[in-house]
Amino acid sequence: MQAALAPTIPFTARKPRRVLPGFGLSLGYTILYLSLVVLIPLAAIFLKTADLGWNRFLQVVGTPRVVAALELSFGAAAAAALVNTFAGLLVAWVLARYEFPLRRLVDALVDLPFALPTAVAGIALTALYAPNGLLGRLLEPLGIKVAYTPLGIVVALVFIGLPFVVRTVQPVLEDLDHEVEQAAATLGANGVQIFLRIVLPAVWPALLTGFTLAFARAIGEYGSVIFIAGNMPMRSEIAPLLIVTKLEQYEYAAATGIAVVMLLISFFLLLGINALQAWSQRRLLGTT
Amino acid sequence: MTFLPLRRLLLLLTLATMTTAAVAAGKTVTLLNVSYDPTREFYDAFNAAFATDWKRRTGGSVIINQSHGGSGKQARAIIDGLEADVATLALGYDVDALSVQGHLIAADWQKKLPYNSTPYTSTIVFLVRTGNPKGIRDWGDLIKPGVAVITPNPKTSGGARWNYLAAWAWAKSRPGGSDATAEAFVKALYRNVPVLDSGARGSTMTFVERGIGDVLLAWENEALLAVRELGAGKFQIVIPSQSILAEPPVTIVDRFVDKHGTRAVAEAYLRFLYAPEGQLLAAQHYFRPRDVAVGAKYTGQFPTVKLVTIDQAFGGWRAAQAAHFADGGSFDRIYEAY
Amino acid sequence: MSAAKPRSNQGFGRAALVALALGYLALFLLLPFGVVFAQAFSRGLATYLHALTDPTARSAIWLTLTVAAIAVPLNLVFGVVAAWTVTKYDFRGKSALITLIDLPFAVSPVISGLIYVLLFGAHGWFGEWLYAHDIKVIFAVPGIVLATVFVTFPFVARELIPVMQAQGRDEEETALSLGATGWQTFRRVTLPNIRWGLLYGVLLCNARAMGEFGAVSVVSGHIRGLTNTMPLHVEILYNEYNATAAFAVASLLALLAIVTLAARAALESRAPELKRATKTAGGHP
Repeated sequence: MQAALAPTIPFTARKPRRVLPGFGLSLGYTILYLSLVVLIPLAAIFLKTADLGWNRFLQVVGTPRVVAALELSFGAAAAAALVNTFAGLLVAWVLARYEFPLRRLVDALVDLPFALPTAVAGIALTALYAPNGLLGRLLEPLGIKVAYTPLGIVVALVFIGLPFVVRTVQPVLEDLDHEVEQAAATLGANGVQIFLRIVLPAVWPALLTGFTLAFARAIGEYGSVIFIAGNMPMRSEIAPLLIVTKLEQYEYAAATGIAVVMLLISFFLLLGINALQAWSQRRLLGTT
Repeated sequence: MTFLPLRRLLLLLTLATMTTAAVAAGKTVTLLNVSYDPTREFYDAFNAAFATDWKRRTGGSVIINQSHGGSGKQARAIIDGLEADVATLALGYDVDALSVQGHLIAADWQKKLPYNSTPYTSTIVFLVRTGNPKGIRDWGDLIKPGVAVITPNPKTSGGARWNYLAAWAWAKSRPGGSDATAEAFVKALYRNVPVLDSGARGSTMTFVERGIGDVLLAWENEALLAVRELGAGKFQIVIPSQSILAEPPVTIVDRFVDKHGTRAVAEAYLRFLYAPEGQLLAAQHYFRPRDVAVGAKYTGQFPTVKLVTIDQAFGGWRAAQAAHFADGGSFDRIYEAY
Repeated sequence: MSAAKPRSNQGFGRAALVALALGYLALFLLLPFGVVFAQAFSRGLATYLHALTDPTARSAIWLTLTVAAIAVPLNLVFGVVAAWTVTKYDFRGKSALITLIDLPFAVSPVISGLIYVLLFGAHGWFGEWLYAHDIKVIFAVPGIVLATVFVTFPFVARELIPVMQAQGRDEEETALSLGATGWQTFRRVTLPNIRWGLLYGVLLCNARAMGEFGAVSVVSGHIRGLTNTMPLHVEILYNEYNATAAFAVASLLALLAIVTLAARAALESRAPELKRATKTAGGHP
């Protein structure tokens, strides 16, 4: 199905490798800067964790409490990223394609969650969703509790990750050629068909990127979650809080131990998503 | 590629300006007091008073920089290189860490100043909503069904550790009390805790602003502050039959005062905490003063309550930490059974 | 912007989509911000202005702007080079490289600060050397910059990669075959094509650089008037039971973000032809 449509998508065919000059320089710089800013500092947490030794490491990260916290952190992050993927695509589409009053203002507001310190976001959301808050008061009679439950964590993570999907999809949608859609429409395709067969394949890589970023960002989030989560062990206690707990006991190596586990899980999850993205990209290009 | 030296340069420039600024200050001495959260208002007032006093006595100027945060986090920052001249933290355990983990002060730091190096004290009290609708009078009422108790997580909050130990000490002092009954009591108490904030002020906000819970376990100084400034007429303080003497200790950080050459002024600073003026300021900011004369003026604010000390009841902070708050300690066991 | 004129029978669906999107944004975006602004102004404009002009607030604002001014350009240069590398060449391990670029996002802010403590702290790798030379990295401005660079590291690169992927390599290759140098190709062909993606990336990076709390909190030392950034100052005020002032400073952060966004809007409306040119140039095979 996609193969038939591929020619209409404004991607270029795969070219022989490295026609453009400067490969060594740009890859070299990329890796150098990446190493200085990310890899060497992160190596520090692996080396610190090595102080623990295998037995103690497994003891630290294998407790039911840590496992529960990891499940919660990754689960809530995935849920929030999914919400943001669908909602973000919708918002990006509406912003890129439709004219409506205050569109520019709305467009400008999308980035705000990044500018707000996470602690403030947490406090504001808790104020809204607490049983005496504006929304909490409405939800309480319905039996929905948001603040101080895992649901509250998801709400906080949706907020802090909101701009990612919108801002990765939006430029691609804006660059996407309308003529193809219009042509499809004149050929009798309806809106849903156009969306599924033309728009979605084109924004798919950007959408996956947005999901990845929102997901990644949500995994480790601490500041906003801590206020709304309630932090009950085994129920609403996130993994970064356990890291803080270990630090509070001056157990640096145990803290980095939990961090290493989070980092490795994140790395492989992200690698999987990125590989999937590269694969779907290749499939799109390869069929031309 | 060409960007890296520039980045280095920028960093070095920033460093250079910062260090020269410190040196160029000349006759003005700068002290850094690294403290915990609830002392902000007190040290704001105290620093001004000390600077005036120091100027009067020596003619020199002193600028005191303040850093506040969770007690444990602040202790870690000092150990990791935040060059505090004096540390004024929430519990002896965190100051001990400066000696044990950081090797920054002598092991017998607590003997260097009067009263266990604690110029002011506090205790743990209950804050309830006006009229005390749930009829909370003493620790035993906290485990009744339907009573929601707000207290922070003792793993991340120094204040919460005092709460926990006060509850434990009360339960153990009951007729027939033992470690086992005390553990059962705190377990029942934490069953009634719906939210575990990470710090004392977070818990106060949860109780005051979010309207969650029937009773807040709080430092007396925090409770007084909440009653007077956060919601006049909305809350009242309940003093339990017994509580714990909370001793937030102070110390000079030997390694850094020697590096900065600020030992004399740092010592004078801490001594001034014990002077009548410092004691008065402490009392005004709801800390119980050590000075009997100052205390006499504030008996209305600080009712007499039977207080146990951590040394009597728990054999000191290190033992208390190991038994209750370390991994696998009594606090962890509360949540294991969930 | 509104080049596509949806046909009339799509009017209803369109209105529904717009309503849905706006409803979502209102719930998750405007309401929390409403809370912030309502609190900030709850005691009147005078209190609001007082909170922002207080000397410690001013020094926090200055520090935040300084840190962003250093961190954002560093990550901007990296982002462009990295996105170019990833999209214009084929090589092994590309997915791994992209994942490594993403990684700082997944690192908990608590840890992003801690790594610099482990490196530059008193007991860290370089701790003793730094102490002996009296160079302060953590609990001083350099540490705050480092933590901010780390936290905002992926933004520009990640924003550009999908845009550059969608545009492919044809134009650059054509330019080269017409005799342009690599640098000329980048400046004259690639850069105009990616300028909007680049702008989004820089804006996001900047917003996040100014708003970062967790990582900076670990390396700041919280010294009032010296190493407090705006987010840290917000926390301090809030912990002083001064929620009004705390939210006032927070609202200023939001306003700073809006100013940068307004600049973007102005840029867009002043140069619509640029944007259209970008689109037609970028889109077609």
